[in-house]
Order: sequence, then C-alpha cells, then structure tokens
Amino acid sequence: MAIKIRRLSDIPREEYIVSGHALCPGCGITPMIRLMLKAIEGPKVVVNATGCLEVCTTLYPHTSWKIPWVHNAFENAAATAAGIEAAVKVLSRKRGWKKYKVIAIGGDGGTYDIGLQALSGALERWHNFMYICYDNEAYMNTGIQRSGGTPMGAATTTSPAGRVIPGKPQPKKDLVAIAAAHRIPYVATINIAYPTDMWNKFAKASDILENEEGPVFMLYLTPCPTGWRMDSSMTIEAARLAVQTRMFPLYEIDHGKLRITVRVAKPKPLEEYLKIQGRFKHLLLPENKELLESLKKWVEDNWRRLERLSQLESLY
Amino acid sequence: MSCEKQVRTGLTGDEAVAYAAFHADVDVIAAYPITPQTVMVERLSEFVHNGELDAEFVPVESEHSALSASVGASLAGARVFTATASQGLALMYEILYIASALRTPIVMGLANRAFSAPINIHCSHDDAYAARDAGWIQFFAETVQEAYDLVIAGFKIAEDKNVLFPLIVNLDAFILSHSIEPLYIYEGKEVVREFLPPREPVNPIDPDNPMTYGPLALQNYYMEIKKQQYEAFKSINPHIKKVLEEYSEFSGRRYDFIKKYHVDDADIIFVILGSAAGTVREAVNRLRKEGVKVGVLSLTLYRPFPANEVREVLRNANTVIVMDRSCSIGSPGAQLYLDVATTLYSLPDRPRLVNIIYGLGGRDMFPDDIKKVLEVIKDPKVTEYWLGVRG
Amino acid sequence: MSSWPSKWMDLPMAGIINKPGNSLEVKTGTWRALRPVINHEKCTKCLLCWIYCPDNAIIRHEDNSVDINYDYCKGCGICARECPVKAIEMVEEGGGME
Repeated sequence: MAIKIRRLSDIPREEYIVSGHALCPGCGITPMIRLMLKAIEGPKVVVNATGCLEVCTTLYPHTSWKIPWVHNAFENAAATAAGIEAAVKVLSRKRGWKKYKVIAIGGDGGTYDIGLQALSGALERWHNFMYICYDNEAYMNTGIQRSGGTPMGAATTTSPAGRVIPGKPQPKKDLVAIAAAHRIPYVATINIAYPTDMWNKFAKASDILENEEGPVFMLYLTPCPTGWRMDSSMTIEAARLAVQTRMFPLYEIDHGKLRITVRVAKPKPLEEYLKIQGRFKHLLLPENKELLESLKKWVEDNWRRLERLSQLESLY
Repeated sequence: MSCEKQVRTGLTGDEAVAYAAFHADVDVIAAYPITPQTVMVERLSEFVHNGELDAEFVPVESEHSALSASVGASLAGARVFTATASQGLALMYEILYIASALRTPIVMGLANRAFSAPINIHCSHDDAYAARDAGWIQFFAETVQEAYDLVIAGFKIAEDKNVLFPLIVNLDAFILSHSIEPLYIYEGKEVVREFLPPREPVNPIDPDNPMTYGPLALQNYYMEIKKQQYEAFKSINPHIKKVLEEYSEFSGRRYDFIKKYHVDDADIIFVILGSAAGTVREAVNRLRKEGVKVGVLSLTLYRPFPANEVREVLRNANTVIVMDRSCSIGSPGAQLYLDVATTLYSLPDRPRLVNIIYGLGGRDMFPDDIKKVLEVIKDPKVTEYWLGVRG
Repeated sequence: MSSWPSKWMDLPMAGIINKPGNSLEVKTGTWRALRPVINHEKCTKCLLCWIYCPDNAIIRHEDNSVDINYDYCKGCGICARECPVKAIEMVEEGGGME
C-alpha cells in the first residue's frame, strides 16, 4: 500500500535524484521528481524523453539518478517504457525475475507534439506504466520554442510578441482529455505549490501500478524561470497563482469520475498570474486587450467545463 | 553429429522467420505490419495467442515505436525480435543507431523492399543498405532455409558476450518472403534450446544495480564512446565465425561469411547479395559449358563487411562485376560496389570493376541477362550498367 | 571528473554510467551569486524549503531542523521566498559591494 502522509514531515527522507545536476536555478522540474520518486513505492525505472530533465541530469560521465534510468530518443519515451514493461511481464513469468515499476517522463515537447503517437499507442495497449508530462509550456531545452502546450497569448521564440501577431494565437491543447479518452484508470493534474495534493495523487498512482490495473497519466505544470522570464525564486509562487487564477485547475479523473481536487471558489484575477512573467507582459498592454479577454474566457470556459463534468457519475 | 530432430516442410520466407523466432523462444516481439513482412508478425501473434510461445507480443502503433519498444525490452534483458521492410525501416532510422550504440542484441527480420517514391512493394536492397552505417550485423539469406537458420544463429551471435550488437537477417521481398520453399525446421523450441539457451544479458536494467543508459555526452567524451563502439564492432568477426561453425554442426548445414562458386580459376567474378545469387550461378553453369571462365561470390555476411575474405577471392580475377539491387543516387558507385572497390584498393594489381544495377522494385533477372552483361562490358569504357531498363 | 576513466578502452560499455548519483562530484554551489542564510530561531521546521529546493540543497536533520548545503545551492531564492515565517534571507556571495 502506498505511503499516506498527514504532515509534510511524514514524507520519507531517502532521495532518488541527487544534487549536482545542471538544471537552471529555480527549475520547477526536480521538486516534482524528488517527491514522485518517494511516493511511488518499490523498485522502479525511469524512462526519460530528450529534454531539459534528461540532458541536465545525465551529462556524461555524471548522473543524478540513483535508480535505473533510460534515455532513448525524443518522441519515444512511452514506446520505450512499453517495451520495458512487456519485458518485465514476460521475464517475471518465464524466468521468475523480479518485477519493477515503469515510469515514463517527458516534457510538453516530447509529449504533446512529437511524442503524442507513442503515448496514445502505449495507453491504448494498456501497459502498466505511469507517464508524467512535465509541462513548462514550450520547448525549453532547445530555446523556448512554442509547443502544443503553450497557452494562448504566450510569447515564445517561435511565437514572439510581435507587432502583428502578439504571441501564440492558438489555445493550449487539452492533453488530459486526450489521455482520458483512452479510458485509463487514472489521469490527474499536479502542481508543486500543492505538495500534499500531489503526493496523494502519486500514492493513488503507486497503488494502481502495484495492482497492475493499467496506465496512469499525470500532467505537471512546470514553472520555468528561464522560459517564463521571471526571477528564479518565483517558481512556487507562479505555480500557486496558476491554480488560484484557475489557469491550471487541479483535478483527477479516477476510473472515469472527474473530481476537482483543489476548489478555487474565488479566483484571483488572471493578471496576477500574468504580470509576474515576462512571457505574458505584452498581454497587459492596451493594444492586446482582446487577446487577454480571449485568454480569460478560455480559462473561465475551461473551469466551468470541469465543474459540469464533475457532476457526471463517470466520463467513461 | 547434427541435430536429428528436424522435420522437412514447406514454408514461405516470412513464415520461416516467424518459426525461427518462435523456436528461439523469443521473449518480446514488437513490430508493426508492412508488406511484405506482415506474415512474420501474423504468425508470431498466432503462436503467442495460442499459447505455444510464451512471449509478450506488443502490437505497436508505428515502426519507430517498434524499434523503440524493442530497445527498451532488450535493455530490460529480454530476447527481442522485430521485423520490418522499406519505409518501416526508414521510419525507425534514428533508433537503429541508438540500438547499436546501446549494445542491444535485437534480431530483426528485414523483408528487403524498395523505398518510395514511387511506392513499390517488391524487392530492392535499399532498406538493407540504409542500415549499413548504423552498426547492425547484417546477414543476407539466399533461401527460405537460410532465413530460418540465420535468425536462430543470429540470436546466439547477437547475444554473445563478445558481440552484443543488434542483427538483421535480410530476405528478398516476395521472392523469399512469400514463396514457399522446402526446408528443414527443428521439432520445437526445446530442441533449439540445446543450441540457444535463454539470454544472459550484460548490464540489464536492475533496480538492485542501477545504471544510467543513454546519457548526453558532449565534445569531451562523445568521440571516445563512439570509438569504443566502432572498435568493438570491428572485433566481432571471429565470434560470428565461431557461432556459425557451431550452428553448422548443429544443423548439418554449412554457414560461412561468403559462398564461392567457380571462383578459383575465374577471369570474371560476379559479386552479389540475396536470392539472385542462384540465378547468377545458373548463368555461370551455362557459360562454363561454353568455356567462359566465370564465377560467383555471394555474401552471407554483409556487415561487418568481410573484407579479408572478399579480397582473397577477388584478387586474381581480371574483372569483378558488382551487382547492386539498389542505386546510390549521386554516388560514384552503388553501395556494394563502394564496399568492394574500397576493399580491393590496396591490391597492387586491381581487377577491372563494373557496377550492375539490377532488379529494382522487383524487376526479374534471368540467366540470359547475365550473358547480356558480359556482352555489354566488352566495351572497356563501361563502368556501370542498369540491367533490363527500357530506353 | 577525475574519478572517471579518460581513454576509450577503459570506459564502461555502451556509454553507460554505472555510478548512480555520481553527479555529487559536481559542486554546483559555484553557480551562486546570492546565498540563503537560515535564522534557526525563527524556523518552525515546516520543511517547505526542503520540499521545494530543486537541488536537494536543504539538509533535513533528524529533528526536522534544516541547514543549507552550500556545496550545491545555486542561490535561486525559492526557499527564502516561500518560507512562511521569513526565516531565510538571501545575502550576496562574498559579502557584496561594501
């Protein structure tokens, strides 16, 4: 049974990813990885897509990982994980080898776009693995280019806030809905500013993996001081405001039942979230009022959609 | 004393490859269907679904994922088989290099089919050649029997602790993949187990012995890591030879790197890969009756290129005709031609080299075509000729 | 870096790194421009800084009190900003400009 915590001090001490990596000061990825590896019980392997986490934690000849860790290519974390999972199943059956959990991790780069096919295939084939997408809302490792996960209006190096087109015109792709469309046992969004909520969701995932019920998908909003253009100390604050403005709702789809796990009854104005980030600054200018309104509408529509869906007994 | 527990039957090349992987007691199969490899995958899924083969069959959603999943499964210590052709190989191209560099002993059945465009489902060697720089061992089967045997031997070679490289068994599209030929197969996987015990992986994924596989290596280490892989691949020939010897004994059928036919006193030697070798041998028979001193060198092992063996055979010929079932557009010669030319370059007395492009997209070749080649090359200026092309 | 072989023939096969967690050899503390300083009197041992640190640079003691591991702290300032009782202050490395 997964470890339950009531206080943060209940969180186990052992670290599975250590210091000395080359991630930016204030990077939002590793706090989640640290917590996740503690919450998922038992022996495990991480399969990592090409990206910030992979590149910065395994710069030869140094590795920050204390568990088995595999990197294959950019778009195939889910496929590689599927292969490992198949091997674990058959080798345990045929040769009595010990089983271990398989965790695939990819950025929004390696998941929303180039990695979507492999993810969908692995979910459809019902492999027993967890896929975590750390979503910093752009292809950060290659220089902050836009991805399918970039929010509407955000400035990136391939969707700059130009005179004619101010940022990314299209809205953020709904990856949670795509994952849930595969009717898998568990899908959830997680956020570092809500560590207890995050832990509880990982605990559920751990049990599902232990019982070999099927695949799990987690979407982790990853504040990136470098790419979001903010001070390195703002990571947790940005994560918190994303939830408090309803920009990034925290919810789960547990065997088809959608539950908003952190209710935001009185949302803060979206400007509170936008103004702390350089990538959204231009949205606060008068000439971009329309775009800002579109973004706000999208946020509100999304929240109301989730509230309506949470009334249903099951989405499946 | 070779294995007596073999039965004579008739199978297509695809079926034979599937039976070989079955008899090799493969653990994980990850493959995506593409003509003309489909029957390999279909048969294997039947063996698994009927409970005859205890394996995980992973019906991946693309060839790229097929090889990606194969890499994962192989790192985890499983005996892995995959299969593809043509466009499928092209789609998994980036992973070919990764599979070799990570030293995953995956065995692949490759039904050699032409690359698009135009789309064509028949035989060319484009796909096999495309993989030639990636660090995969490559065999070419000439018959359905060879396809069966080379897959089984292939597992033992690939998984050998002194080898540990992935391996391709090439078989010509439709000519072998879909043609029924008579062959001997073993009575079952228990029999093959005597030759090929379960895999003993080196450094598999093991939470009790954690490692990082596939790191980022920058300017200060990439070259050393590549050099190590390069030298390791150069060193495997004696080990391939050793296993082929063992297999020759086990099966009662002889397997070497090359096959020599009437080469000892030949003035003109044809060099060729794949099933068309048989056609050239038949042409040689007819030409020899007319007193023409011709011979055929066909290669079973293509990568690592058996340069020493090839040089020994060709050194005394006047003319070497290299037959390529592909063309390397913009290159001074087609792919096998380049390998042979480089191999012969160090000889003080080099034979005349001619490149014949034949059989693209499944175009048939007949013994009379070989006679035609000899006519054409009477003109000493001819260095390259596309056999059978209209216009 | 010095603990790892240099020549190609001495490297572990296939580019594998077979020393888990050896990035501890890389002291990223040299990146810092600002350093966090903990006022242990104010600290309530809530452990939020320990959870949030991207670099595992907060040492969690047996009694849940904390200290900064200056070998690895990159000076991002998350701990100082997030501390609910403002027990952590960011000061300039090397004493700053006097």
